[in-house]
Amino acid sequence: MIAARLNGPADFAGWRREARRLALARVQPENVAWLTGEDDAGLFATDSTAPAEGEGPALTVSRRFIDLAENVVCHRDAGRFVLLHRLLLRLQDEPRLLDNAADFDIARAEAMARSVRRDLHKMTAFVRFRAVSGADENGPFIAWFEPEHFILERAAIFFTGRFAGMIWSIMTPQGSLHWDGATLQLGPAASKADAPDTDAMEAYWLTYYANIFNPARLKPKAMKSEMPVKYWRNLPEAELIVPLIASAARRAEDMVMRAPTQPPERHVRQLRHRPEASADDPAITSWQDAAAAAQRCRRCELHCHATQTVFGEGPLDAPILFVGEQPGDQEDLAGRPFVGPAGQVFDRAMKEAGLDRARAYVTNAVKHFKFQLRGKRRIHEKPNVGEIKACRFWLDLELQFVKPRLVVALGASALRSLTGHAGALASARDRELALEDGTPLVATVHPSFLLRLPDEEARAREYARFVADLARVQQRTFRH
Amino acid sequence: MAQLSVMEKLEILSDAAKYDASCASSSTTKRDSRDGKGLGSTTGAGICHSYAPDGRCISLLKILLTNFCSFDCVFCINRSSSNVRRARFSVEEVVALTLNFYRRNYIEGLFLSSGIIRSADYTMAELVRVAETLRRQHGFRGYIHLKLIPGASRDLIERAGLFADRVSINVELPSEAALARFAPEKQAGEIKSAMGGLKLKIEAAREEREKSAKAPAFSPAGQSTQMIVGADGASDSAILKRSAWLYGSFGLKRVYYSAFSPIPDASRQLPLQPPPLMREHRLYQADWLTRFYGFETEEILGTGEMLDLDIDPKLAWALRERGRFPVDVNRADRETLLRVPGLGTRSVDRILASRRFRRLRLEDIGRLTRSVATIRHFILAEGWRPGHGLDARNLRARLKPQPRQLTLFP
Repeated sequence: MIAARLNGPADFAGWRREARRLALARVQPENVAWLTGEDDAGLFATDSTAPAEGEGPALTVSRRFIDLAENVVCHRDAGRFVLLHRLLLRLQDEPRLLDNAADFDIARAEAMARSVRRDLHKMTAFVRFRAVSGADENGPFIAWFEPEHFILERAAIFFTGRFAGMIWSIMTPQGSLHWDGATLQLGPAASKADAPDTDAMEAYWLTYYANIFNPARLKPKAMKSEMPVKYWRNLPEAELIVPLIASAARRAEDMVMRAPTQPPERHVRQLRHRPEASADDPAITSWQDAAAAAQRCRRCELHCHATQTVFGEGPLDAPILFVGEQPGDQEDLAGRPFVGPAGQVFDRAMKEAGLDRARAYVTNAVKHFKFQLRGKRRIHEKPNVGEIKACRFWLDLELQFVKPRLVVALGASALRSLTGHAGALASARDRELALEDGTPLVATVHPSFLLRLPDEEARAREYARFVADLARVQQRTFRH
Repeated sequence: MAQLSVMEKLEILSDAAKYDASCASSSTTKRDSRDGKGLGSTTGAGICHSYAPDGRCISLLKILLTNFCSFDCVFCINRSSSNVRRARFSVEEVVALTLNFYRRNYIEGLFLSSGIIRSADYTMAELVRVAETLRRQHGFRGYIHLKLIPGASRDLIERAGLFADRVSINVELPSEAALARFAPEKQAGEIKSAMGGLKLKIEAAREEREKSAKAPAFSPAGQSTQMIVGADGASDSAILKRSAWLYGSFGLKRVYYSAFSPIPDASRQLPLQPPPLMREHRLYQADWLTRFYGFETEEILGTGEMLDLDIDPKLAWALRERGRFPVDVNRADRETLLRVPGLGTRSVDRILASRRFRRLRLEDIGRLTRSVATIRHFILAEGWRPGHGLDARNLRARLKPQPRQLTLFP
């Protein structure tokens, strides 16, 4: 037996130093006795001289192994050092061993690391500070905690990061942490009596714990798997668990059996003050009425899946009224027309054509977004004739209240809505058109068409043509 | 009315808050108070500081500012027609409780909601005031989840997002018709519109922060919502389709399912029976399969309207799709392995990593997973084939867990 001496049960730096020395000296892991300082050194007195450092190739290990070893070293299993030593040696011949989770040593080391990480996590969860008498809001606080593994020092960074401005100590059977607001001190093992036996806030915490529990959903097994019984003795709220479970069935039954009560006076008063909801839609006599009524539109099925009705917007004395197809993803979320990518192309083209978007009224032939859900994406879908027809009601109102000097149809769906023209857009694009009431109408592409063009050149050409169309709109509207 | 003590208010206003299932404190920006200027920190995964005997995690101080409410939502303990005791915290009382609990390491932070008093904007402004006081006056760096009040102004919602790690607004019920019936004052349109606006704000803030770490965060842990299960007649199919729609439309972090549970002074319009806990559990499993396992909602549902209560939805799917099995664990790709009943994402990663070293046997799979009891029927491994078991008519019965007591009055 060769003794390797460590400075404490979770001395990772010491293990690293010793393991390196032993590995270079080609000592077999099973021949090493690891002494953590608590052991009786006399036991191995005869073998305590370790071999001198041998010659050999440099040891290389990955960062990943270091991370694993840092956790495993904290485990309370006495065999942890031998296991790590063996893994270190095996890694020299099998550099990718860590990926082999089915390997017995790796599986064991990973299970140990997991158990340590879990204990660390549970410590951050279950430490309960108590104020010492005479403390102010920042302490001093003292907590008593019993970790399963040797994790005290590893846990310190969590508490110093979270409670930096407080003064606190965490006492454990392994040792203690003391934070004075600036520096961390490690202290000796402590006992439960070193921490205060209560705290004025605990009564509030217990009240909260008792009342946030729903007695109609008893699942003690789920609770125990996340909050194992071994931690209960240091959790003040744990004293409530047994009585809460015991009374749960009766309380749940009570809720079901109790006779219904009369509503309180306050509720009755409130009902009297509530304005009567009118059964019919109020008459629409203004654009504002129309916009409000459109929010409740059920003229077709599209309202079921869209976020909201996207009504037109712009000055009510706008000389030009633009009609697009339907709101897209962004418009649907924002509740405003032409704010997404196509809206940006539109804005840019308007500017280049000498038109002011702020002076235009912008709307869509269909006021709800139609899409197909694919995974987490909403894919735009063309509205059908029925939907376009149903929504014409709102477009008519907008035309009626805005009374534009000229209307622009952006894309085939808009043209279809405004004129019933079912053919291709191209045949209508260069013609002088008019609505039934004689309002001049210009048809051009929808800006999203430009976004869908695959090649750069076509996009530039079509964009220029779109701007030219808008420039013509500008001239036709403002020529006199 | 005699003045209530803070203890009495806490009793009433935590009792009133427990029907909101969420208690998550995860996935927000990383913060600590090492600079000595504030209090608190956040961790990536969040911390559950305790568990109640209902199996639910207690991570946050989850309370209402007040349970006075002008709405009369039939399913709600706080509806205006109920005779529960009423209370109202002051902003300062909530702030003090949060800080005192936090300093003792009871909680990760605050989840604050409220009954609606005076107006949506008034109530929302009070909630924002709590968050703002915690952040600005006390340098609080723990977690804050604010419930949004439907109908509150955009301006207030934006302020809420500046102080909160997460905001949420509940759709409550899977169909708008049911919402209109059971929660007459709640407007589905307002709820959806708020969620849409939040998605845009959250995305815009995230993009800004990718460009500059100094850009202000806006609800960095995203938004979530909750649906009550079993209060109306909605099927699992309707619920899961609604969820898929919510995830797809608003990029929600989570949809929570809350089994409708008897409440004190309950309305007779609703089924007063034990909460459908197993149904709720199956819905969460199905939700998980769509979010992390590449399943489509339609695949999970099959031809039925309801999920199988006896077996989990992945096993139910595999039993319907027996032709796809057994899957060779030494050759199948990740997507295929994820569909094997009993294999989770972690086990699959471990299988993929270790099979580069050797052909995996059933014993190896045993070490890489929690248990092979179910898995073995669906895989091929070195030296292992499931035999005729996969075709056996009684496979479902054999894989079904033993019935457990789940009654309300045992």
